[in-house]
Amino acid sequence: MGKLYDSLLEDVRFEEGLNACMNCGVCTAICPAAEFYNYDPRKIVDEVQTKDDDKITELLKSETIWYCGECMSCKTRCPRGNAPGLIIMALRSLSQDLGFFTESEKGRQQLALKRTVGHWILTYGYCLYLEGVGTSLHPEQGPVWDWIQDNWSDLFKKMGANYKGDGPGILRRIPEEAMDEIREIFKVTGGMKRFENIEKFSKKKAKELNMQLDEGIENEYFRHIYKTNNGSHTR
Amino acid sequence: MILEGKKAIWNDYQKEIADDKYYYVRSCVRQNFFPGSETAFLKIMREELKKDVYEHPCHTTCTGIGYHGDIVPVETTMTVVARQFAIMTEAGYENLLPSCITSFGLYTEILDTWHHFPEVEEKVRRQLRKATGREFRKPKNLAHASDVIYKFRKEIASKAKYKLVNKNTGEPLKVVDHIGCHYAKMFPSKGIGGAEYPYVLAGMVEEWGGNVIDYPERRHCCGFGFRQYLVQANRGFSVACSKEKFESMKPFKPDMIITNCPGCPMFLDRWQYVINEMEGKRYGQNEEGIPVFTYEEVAGLVLGYDPWELGLQMHQTDCEPVLDKIGIDYSPEDKYNLKIIPSYSESRSLINV
Repeated sequence: MGKLYDSLLEDVRFEEGLNACMNCGVCTAICPAAEFYNYDPRKIVDEVQTKDDDKITELLKSETIWYCGECMSCKTRCPRGNAPGLIIMALRSLSQDLGFFTESEKGRQQLALKRTVGHWILTYGYCLYLEGVGTSLHPEQGPVWDWIQDNWSDLFKKMGANYKGDGPGILRRIPEEAMDEIREIFKVTGGMKRFENIEKFSKKKAKELNMQLDEGIENEYFRHIYKTNNGSHTR
Repeated sequence: MILEGKKAIWNDYQKEIADDKYYYVRSCVRQNFFPGSETAFLKIMREELKKDVYEHPCHTTCTGIGYHGDIVPVETTMTVVARQFAIMTEAGYENLLPSCITSFGLYTEILDTWHHFPEVEEKVRRQLRKATGREFRKPKNLAHASDVIYKFRKEIASKAKYKLVNKNTGEPLKVVDHIGCHYAKMFPSKGIGGAEYPYVLAGMVEEWGGNVIDYPERRHCCGFGFRQYLVQANRGFSVACSKEKFESMKPFKPDMIITNCPGCPMFLDRWQYVINEMEGKRYGQNEEGIPVFTYEEVAGLVLGYDPWELGLQMHQTDCEPVLDKIGIDYSPEDKYNLKIIPSYSESRSLINV
C-alpha cells in the first residue's frame, strides 16, 4: 500500500466515499462535469484504488481533480454506495496539504477562493459578503446587480435586513466574540493551516512564474489565476 | 406528467418534520441575493402560522461554500457546525431549520458521518471545547425551510389570495420545479419524495393550483459547482449546465421555475441574461424569459404579499409575465421605489417573538 493512499485513508470522506469500485461508469454517465470537461470520475476512482503512489501523485498535480462541481449526483446512483465526489474532496485536500495544487491551472485557483470566500468567512462570518463586489468581477450578474450595488443599504433595509446591525437578522454584524470563536476553531482544527499553506505555495508559484503577488485581489497573480483559461479543459 | 409511479415513490420517502419551536439558521447566498425571501419566510411562519422560530445573532456561516470550494478542511467545518448546534442547545431548541440547501446537506452529511464514525464526533466535541468551551446536543429534528413550507402548504392554500392559475385561460400555470442537488442527492431518505422524484416543491405547486412539468433534465444541476462559478475562468461550466436545462424544458413551455436552493434561482435567473447577451437567445413564452422564483417568493405571492416587498425587483429576468398571468395586483411604477411600506415592515420587528 502506498504512502499517499494511507494519507487519503486518514480523511473520513475517503473512507465513506470508496468501498469497492467495480468500474461500471454510472458516475461518469450522470456527472455534469463529465459532460463539459475532459473528465471521467470512473477513471479517477480506478486509479486511486490501485494504491499506486506514482499514479496518485500524478492525480494530485493534475487538472482533472479540479473539474468536479461537488453536486454529488454520483452518490445517488452508484450501485456500490461509493461517492466519487467525496473521493475528489479528499484528493483536493491532500493536494493542498502537499502543495501540489499549484502545478495545475485549475488547482492554482484555490488562492482565489481563499482570498474571497475564505476572507469573508474569517472577516464577516459569512461565506459571501457581496456589498462592493460588482459586475467587474461578476459581469454575469447583469444591470440589476449594478442597481442593487448602487442602492445596497436602502434596498436591504426595505427587504427587512438588519444590515450591519446588532441582534439577529439578514447580514447582521456578527458579534466580535462570535468571530473570535470562529477564528479559534480555524486555528484548532487545521483551517488556518490550510489557508497558510495555500498562501505559501501560491507565493512560491508566483515567484516561479515571475508574477507579482501582494495581499488582496488587486495583483497580477490573482488576476491571472482568476481569469486564465487555456482552453484545453473541455470536450 | 404521469403521476402514478412517482406517487408510489413519493410514498416511500416521507420524513418527519417538526411542528413548532424551530431554531433558524440563515443562508449566506439567500441573504445576499434574496433577502426578501428570508423575511417572507419568517413573516409566514410567525404571522400566518403562529410558529415559534428563534434566531440567534451569534450563529455564523456553516462554511459550506468554503468547504465545497475545498479551502476549509472537513474537521474545521464539522467544528463550526458543532458550534451552531451548541448555540441551539444553549437557547433551548432542538429542531434545526436551515434556510440553505448546502447547509442542510452538510448538516445531514455530518450527522451521518458521526453516526458511522462516533470517534470523529468525539474528536469534534474535544476541538469545540478547546476552541470555545461549548458543549452541544445534536438536533432532534432537521428540516430544510422548504420542508416546513411543504408541511404547511395546505394551511397556506387556505389563506391564499391567489392561485397558480392563468386568470385568462383558467388553466394551471406550467411550473418547473428545480431542487438543489444537496437537498436529497446525497441522502435520498432525508428529502421529501427522495432524490429521483423529489416532491417537496411539486407538493407546494399542486396545492397552490399549478401543474408541475416533467422534463428530461429535471434533475440536472443548475451549474453552481462552487469553484466552477466562483472563479471567473470556470464559469463556462456553470452557464452550460443551466443552458442544458433551459433547452430541455423549452418544448414544455414553462410559465415559471420554482426552486428550493438559494443559489439555483440566482443562476437560472442570471444565466438567461447571459445567454441572451452571448447568443441573442431568449427563453420563455413570447421570448420574455422564464421567471425564476424561490419557494418563499411563490408562497408570498400566493398569500398576496407585494411583489416588491418580496424582492422580485432583485431578479434580472423580469417576473411581471407571471404576475400578470395570475392577475396579481401590483404597482409597476413602484418596482424600484426604495421607500419602506409601513404595513409590511411591521413584521420586521417580529424578531424572535
